Amino acid sequence: MIDPVFLAEAAVNGLLLGGVLALLALGLNLIFGVLDIVWIAYVDLVMVCMYVVYFLVMVYGWPVWLAGLAGLAAGAVIGVAVHWLIITPILTSPPVNQLLATGGLLFFVQSFATFLWTTDHRSVRISLPSLEVAGMFLSFARLLAFALAILAMLGLYLFLTRTFIGTAIRAVAQDRGAMALMGASPQRIYTVTSAVGGAMAGAAAVLLSIQYSVHPHFGAAFGPITFMICVLGGLGNMVGAFLAAFILSEIISVGGVIWSTEMGYVIAFALFIVMMFVRPGGLLARRER
Amino acid sequence: MLELRGVTAGYGQFTALWDVSLRVNRGEAVAVVGPNGAGKTTLLRVISGVIAPRTGDLVFEGESLGGQPAHRVVAHGIAHVPEGRRLFPGLTVAENLKMGAFLPAARRGYRESLERVYALFPVLAERSGQRAGSLSGGEQQMLAIGRALMSRPKLILFDEPSMGLAPVMVLRLFDLIRRVREEGYTILVVEQNVRQVLKLVDRAYLLEVGRIRMEGRADELSEQDFVRKAYVGL
Repeated sequence: MIDPVFLAEAAVNGLLLGGVLALLALGLNLIFGVLDIVWIAYVDLVMVCMYVVYFLVMVYGWPVWLAGLAGLAAGAVIGVAVHWLIITPILTSPPVNQLLATGGLLFFVQSFATFLWTTDHRSVRISLPSLEVAGMFLSFARLLAFALAILAMLGLYLFLTRTFIGTAIRAVAQDRGAMALMGASPQRIYTVTSAVGGAMAGAAAVLLSIQYSVHPHFGAAFGPITFMICVLGGLGNMVGAFLAAFILSEIISVGGVIWSTEMGYVIAFALFIVMMFVRPGGLLARRER
Repeated sequence: MLELRGVTAGYGQFTALWDVSLRVNRGEAVAVVGPNGAGKTTLLRVISGVIAPRTGDLVFEGESLGGQPAHRVVAHGIAHVPEGRRLFPGLTVAENLKMGAFLPAARRGYRESLERVYALFPVLAERSGQRAGSLSGGEQQMLAIGRALMSRPKLILFDEPSMGLAPVMVLRLFDLIRRVREEGYTILVVEQNVRQVLKLVDRAYLLEVGRIRMEGRADELSEQDFVRKAYVGL
């Protein structure tokens, strides 16, 4: 029998991991909802931002908080660059071409990162303490990442509901043509969306940097799970993605303690496949109009 | 105020409008009537910039609008209440109105515009927190009109406003448009409901298979035998 404290610790760790996964999924989902294009290379852009943080801290000696802000800004800039250079030319292309273009970007970014920085694992060496709460050992870095992820998502929520441009982003996701009749340039809305989606990737990169080391294939570790979350929650559905992130991270974390980490992933993917048959439109499909 | 000169337009190989010329004066209400497929919706789409004219020009307050994209045309003061209303169903009533005031110039007067729209359509104020998709057909049409007013337009284009409404609501709708007119807006309306719309407007054009077939004062046009037989049903 497994010690209940271990299970509780796994459950808390699952929750903490879920925060960062939710941030990734919301960024990807936001872009998909507005542009109808899935950025296959999304998590590889996260990887690039992690290198930005790594170099600024370890090579240029920036304080971590400042490097974190730079990582966030780098994400926004990369988001805009990807939109202008890769997405704009293929905006009206058949979906398979869009898939190939953003998928191609993934291989380009991975290979280029390998060429520039080799396959070494690099980490931002900051030592954060472990906390002991009721017999559970919790990493302070994870708690911090969770809190900041929740804060970033709250910021996104306020941006999308309280500002003109944020509301316009939600409106475009519902009817592209009608928003042009309101005087909003579609290209401008797309650019802002890509910047915000990129900034979410940058934020996730900063939060992952304080927990994991970065390497050119980092995207392979978090990419599939991020797509799974988006699809499970219903592509474009922000609330669904938020919930799905926590469901999957709990399965992986708790399943990992009961059996093994690999088994946790197996269960998560199996559940995903079953759910695709039961609710192909995503968790909250019925509530959508 | 608005003048179309020899406009030809269409989609791909298909030409929907042939050499159309028409004029709307300031303060006027003008209708374009005609059967289904005559090119009425295309005409409004050309004016609001959704599709570009192939030949000919359109001039609004002395400035050429030919080939300008839709989001620029709105800034000149032309609001479009599109066919099928095209509300944002998942956004609330208040958010839909907010989007109507998206332009920087309209944003500055946002509060004031909102009060005016709520005064004109009090039911929208009552339902401001509801999702637009949950409104009745008549309320949705009010919201679509209110959203257009939020951009502080000089000219409002109505595309088949009575479409999809119950007969009782159609009468109320024309009352609403009349109220909008009394606020001093210039109106160009496209309708299949010829009998009702001719009671509302000053002048009308008859569009058939993409060409202007007739034009004249609304009361004169409704007296014409041809129009009465074909459209008014008297």
